[in-house]
Amino acid sequence: MDKSKRRAYIINTIAIIALYIIFFVLIQTQTMNKYFIGIAILTCIMIIMAMSLNIVAGFLGQMALGHAGFMAIGAYSSASFSIALFNSGTELPNIVVLILAMAVGGTIAGIFGILIGTPTLRLRGDYLGIVTIGFSEIIRIFFVNFQPTGGAAGLKGITKLVNFNNVYWITIIVIILIFTLGRSKQGRAIISIREDEIASESAGIPTTRYKVLGFSMAAFFAGIGGALYAHYQAFLEPSKFGFMFSIEMFVIVVLGGLGSLTGSIISAIVLTILPEMLRGFAEYRLLVYSLVLIIMMIFRPQGIFGRSEFSLTTAIDALILRKNTKNTVDGGES
Amino acid sequence: MKKRVVSVLLVGMLVASIFTFAGCSSTGSSNDVIKLGFIGPTTGDAAIYGSSAEAGAMLAAEEINAAGGIDGKDVEIIAYDTKADQTEAVNAYNRLRDQDGVIAVIGGTLSGETLAMKDIMVSDNMPVLSPTATAVEVTQDAPNIFRACFLDDYQGAAAANFSADTLGAKTAALLVGAGNPYSEGVSKAFETAFVAKGGSIVGTESYGTTDKDFSAQLTKIKEMNPAVVFVPDYVQTVGPILQKAKEMGITAKFVGADGWDGVQVEYADAAQGNYFTNHYAADSPSQTVQDFITAYTTKYDKVPNSFAALGYDAVYTMVSAIKTAGSTEAESIITALAATEHAGVTGNLKFNENGDPKDKEVTIIKIDGGELKYEATVVN
Repeated sequence: MDKSKRRAYIINTIAIIALYIIFFVLIQTQTMNKYFIGIAILTCIMIIMAMSLNIVAGFLGQMALGHAGFMAIGAYSSASFSIALFNSGTELPNIVVLILAMAVGGTIAGIFGILIGTPTLRLRGDYLGIVTIGFSEIIRIFFVNFQPTGGAAGLKGITKLVNFNNVYWITIIVIILIFTLGRSKQGRAIISIREDEIASESAGIPTTRYKVLGFSMAAFFAGIGGALYAHYQAFLEPSKFGFMFSIEMFVIVVLGGLGSLTGSIISAIVLTILPEMLRGFAEYRLLVYSLVLIIMMIFRPQGIFGRSEFSLTTAIDALILRKNTKNTVDGGES
Repeated sequence: MKKRVVSVLLVGMLVASIFTFAGCSSTGSSNDVIKLGFIGPTTGDAAIYGSSAEAGAMLAAEEINAAGGIDGKDVEIIAYDTKADQTEAVNAYNRLRDQDGVIAVIGGTLSGETLAMKDIMVSDNMPVLSPTATAVEVTQDAPNIFRACFLDDYQGAAAANFSADTLGAKTAALLVGAGNPYSEGVSKAFETAFVAKGGSIVGTESYGTTDKDFSAQLTKIKEMNPAVVFVPDYVQTVGPILQKAKEMGITAKFVGADGWDGVQVEYADAAQGNYFTNHYAADSPSQTVQDFITAYTTKYDKVPNSFAALGYDAVYTMVSAIKTAGSTEAESIITALAATEHAGVTGNLKFNENGDPKDKEVTIIKIDGGELKYEATVVN
């Protein structure tokens, strides 16, 4: 391992632990009350959702507008699983149940990703967008009419397993996994498809396979996000997973910068907190929220970070050593 | 370069705004104001329900303050929008409790959002009075949660009793929206109560939630020749059904539930002479009702609906419980609320052991000449 890489690992590890300690102290001293903890948990879930969508929208360069559908599959399947597990009188510790439920939710969502992706990824751009919208609507309507999960009235009796401690570490793990995916052989293949499909095919990359891989990975992580959501809310209503929710996630990704994972993280944080902080404006808050989006897009059409990644190491270098280095996952222009 | 400066400024402003708002909302509760929370959708598809209930609640608070408040302390209602979204509802509730320090909550307005908040509300032991959430589970196993509206099966039974006793019907047919929990629940209760009264259900026809043509079902009902047809659904479905029934010359009386409220606006002719159960009647001789309607019309310049009346009653009931309790402790408010009796716009409100209204009056409305006329009051 070369020296600069090791230095980056050390700096990031310290930052992650320091952030956790800050939160831990804030929660312990009750400076951060349940309201803020709740928003922090939701923010973590939205970070997972935005990053997973970025795999399709940013890395693969496809317009996927049905992310809420995969989240719904993950949420409902993991919740049904944990309810069944608790009913069978399990004595497993909560965290183990949560991890199992996440695995179930993620896997089932991933399988649906393969099922949907295989026929539809032959389509591109607007066409794929429409197909994915249709898919997520089918999922929603299925859960509206599916009585075993409560139908339109919603699924009740889910045990609340998510707290700030476990959701923080799960989010960190998902972030690391998605970053690793982006820098792996598979990730580079996926990015090459975005850049030029014909060129990458002639370079010997099986494009369809990698497209489906990227799509199902995104679905898998969306399923995990859904599982966390289900075990945080402890109540699921199919109307939550409507078209607008998919759009909200897409907005987060575009605002952060298509292809920039750190951009997704930052914009997930901003856009989850923003509507809460605007509560003081009463019914005008959605207007203000939309206005902020429009202004941001006018002045920064490529998103907050464009395609570049924020890196602590580079930031420290720039601050202390005044070195000027660029950092991107894919070497793209910012 | 200029663009970059603007965008950096913008981001800076955004971040700053986050801290500013966080700062001003966390001002602690002052001692001479009693804070109540209101939760309901005031934007989005269900906005009509939340904003009506909120308007009713605000009116009640204003009147209470004008009359001296609670032992000299003003009542302040802090209302948050949910967009009919369960996540927003939980956030709104958490904010009311932690940031605003409310001592009791009026809400949620819809069943779904209330169920999403229920577990946290129960573990906080927050006194909660929902004006309009009708799902049965809302108050079950939740000693601190109450509601002001009657349940779906309660008004179904009231409609059956009215049909059998007042209309003297011996036979009835049901026309039910399949897949609509409200329609199914109310008609089931109607069937049970009607049979118990010695009547017979001659047939049940159903339609899908998106159906627009009801001639097949109505032809069958015409052949059955019942005295009463019970159609519990919302105006957008009930209107076309009544229209078609009139064209086909069906002479049976049509009876419905509170979803009919507003049918007189567009379907006055078709609905002429039919009945439905409701929470209150606008032309009721009761002084409370007339005062409420005058005050509401003056303040908002429109006629109140049932949601507004229920929101109004919920605030009065909660305030009277707080007065009785003589403190702002959750436990004593809950105990007082359980024992409260309040004569409001929507009838006499007292609670059973579940926290549901007990022996609440159901008002029967007759549609006559494009207006809703008070017909009778039924108590099951």
